[in-house]
Amino acid sequence: MTSPTKAGAADTLTGGPRRRHAYRGAPLPLLVPALIGLAFLVLPLVALLIRAPWSSMPDLLTSTEVWQALQLSLVCATAATAVSLVIGVPLAWLLARVEFPGRGLVRALVTLPLVLPPVVGGVALLMALGRNGVVGKWLDAWFGITLPFTTTGVVIAEAFVAMPFLVISVEGTLRAADPRYEEAAQTLGASRFTAFRRVTLPLIAPGVAAGAVLAWARALGEFGATITFAGNFPGRTQTMPLAVYLALQNDPEAAIALSLVLLAVSIAVLAGLRDRWMTAS
Amino acid sequence: MSDVEKKTISYDVQAPSADGLDARLVVERGSFRLDVALSAKPGDVVALLGPNGAGKTTALRALAGLVPLTDGHLRLDGTELDRTPPESRPVGVVFQDYLLFPHLTALDNVAFGPRCHGASKGEARAQAAVWLDRMGLTTHASAKPRRLSGGQAQRVALARALATHPRLLLLDEPLAALDARTRLDVRAQLRRHLADFEAVAVLVTHDPLDAMVLADHLVVVEEGRVVQQGTPADIARHPRTDYIAHLVGLNLYRGQADGHTVHVESGSTVTTTEHLTGPVFVAFPPSAVTLHRDRPTGSSARNFWRCEVAGLETHGDQIRVALGGELPLAADLTTVAAAELDLHAGAVVWATVKAAQTHAYPA
Repeated sequence: MTSPTKAGAADTLTGGPRRRHAYRGAPLPLLVPALIGLAFLVLPLVALLIRAPWSSMPDLLTSTEVWQALQLSLVCATAATAVSLVIGVPLAWLLARVEFPGRGLVRALVTLPLVLPPVVGGVALLMALGRNGVVGKWLDAWFGITLPFTTTGVVIAEAFVAMPFLVISVEGTLRAADPRYEEAAQTLGASRFTAFRRVTLPLIAPGVAAGAVLAWARALGEFGATITFAGNFPGRTQTMPLAVYLALQNDPEAAIALSLVLLAVSIAVLAGLRDRWMTAS
Repeated sequence: MSDVEKKTISYDVQAPSADGLDARLVVERGSFRLDVALSAKPGDVVALLGPNGAGKTTALRALAGLVPLTDGHLRLDGTELDRTPPESRPVGVVFQDYLLFPHLTALDNVAFGPRCHGASKGEARAQAAVWLDRMGLTTHASAKPRRLSGGQAQRVALARALATHPRLLLLDEPLAALDARTRLDVRAQLRRHLADFEAVAVLVTHDPLDAMVLADHLVVVEEGRVVQQGTPADIARHPRTDYIAHLVGLNLYRGQADGHTVHVESGSTVTTTEHLTGPVFVAFPPSAVTLHRDRPTGSSARNFWRCEVAGLETHGDQIRVALGGELPLAADLTTVAAAELDLHAGAVVWATVKAAQTHAYPA
């Protein structure tokens, strides 16, 4: 008879302070704003789901304009990511592994598009690659190449905005990777480039993949630089975000449907990223 | 005619001496300066022995070309290598934690070198398979490095370094990453492989046992400089610095000899059997020391000093007593003897050593 009572008493003794401690861990002045913050982030997405025209969804999503925009978005974001990989990974390597004067300045320049308003990026691209731009002038005169208001222009605008994400991510991974593996490869007769290609690159592959997914997601959502540099021509330069913006003015239901597609793609990307990070660690 | 003959002869005499390693490595980094001269014939195994931070690894990296020389020279089989980049040096390195490429199998790790030296993928793998077989690792050829035990990883690293047929093999603390049991095993195997190796091998270690088992020539480095070199037996018997004496387990003193008496720097005297004059070293092992609670009277020992216990630690099945006082020394006692003497820090004891158990040699 006495022993259960004792056990019960012991339970309250050990359980009591613990519960009080948990309560003390989240004081109200922090808990309330935290919950408001969470609601602030989640509520709009929930609203999108509530207001979604589920009955007319199939029709809206199978229209040619939507398919064109989605296809163009996927192709351009993928191409922009490919461009970022080809020139961004070597840039990240340079920043992480080679000591040169002004490295801090170069890193700042690389990071600038991260914080630059994308519209400004679009204007800057026009000044550089536009028909009368600093470089575009010669491209037009010598090769007859015009970049603004073309699908290639979309890829360029997206790469300009997205590449810094990849460079920063890969540079971080490179800094964390043990440079002595490259030394080991060198003592085995590998040139620095071979060491990079056959040892470093496979070692940092998870970081490169994560950076590429980030860059891809950023490119997919690109709006400001794209509309400024490439315009808004359906089938040619009108990507999903542009289509959403346009639809919101004429056909709000279509805008919601398009937004849901982008939301689904974003969630898929997030899930993919999480998986990659899980396997990387 | 005779001129030509002479030239041929002199060439023949010169050629063997040009073979092997001839280096003076000077590396300056901040306030640290490494200045070490090394020479070895093909087939020699040289150990760079020294405390942490002595510059051993820097010397090894300089030999591999991973650190540029500030001054000095580096010749291997008569070829200047000072300015040769690491990938073009005929040098193989076994790194301290092996640095096996984690994304490649054991076989592809070993095949990496031959592949970089122009072999096709198939050829390189065939060569690698032979090396793994020689190391007894055929069954682990397709394993990734993280699946290998420490001893296996070490052998893969050795196979990888040897697969490029280096003229100079460098091993950085080859046994440091292993636990005590595998260490014994791997040490014996490494010794066999080094004995088979026909070119120069240089290994870096802070473990005197590794150095003495594996190498036939020891170079002791302290604070970037060579303080002593010779055969393991020579260095064990005639240590010239406290560090080496401590490593080989000897009490070592520097002093002035006057016949059988050595006046050591602390002011005490040590009686020896050797008859010497001038600056000398005198050494005796801790096991030669006997401790007494009272001043010995009937003892036949000619050396006795009044000492104070500074510390006690177990050392195998013995107790090592660190003593201060007239002559700072280390003494080894059995646990029973230590208990009988009631030793504790600060206790006053008399230490005696028979003259026959001391060893004096010119400094």
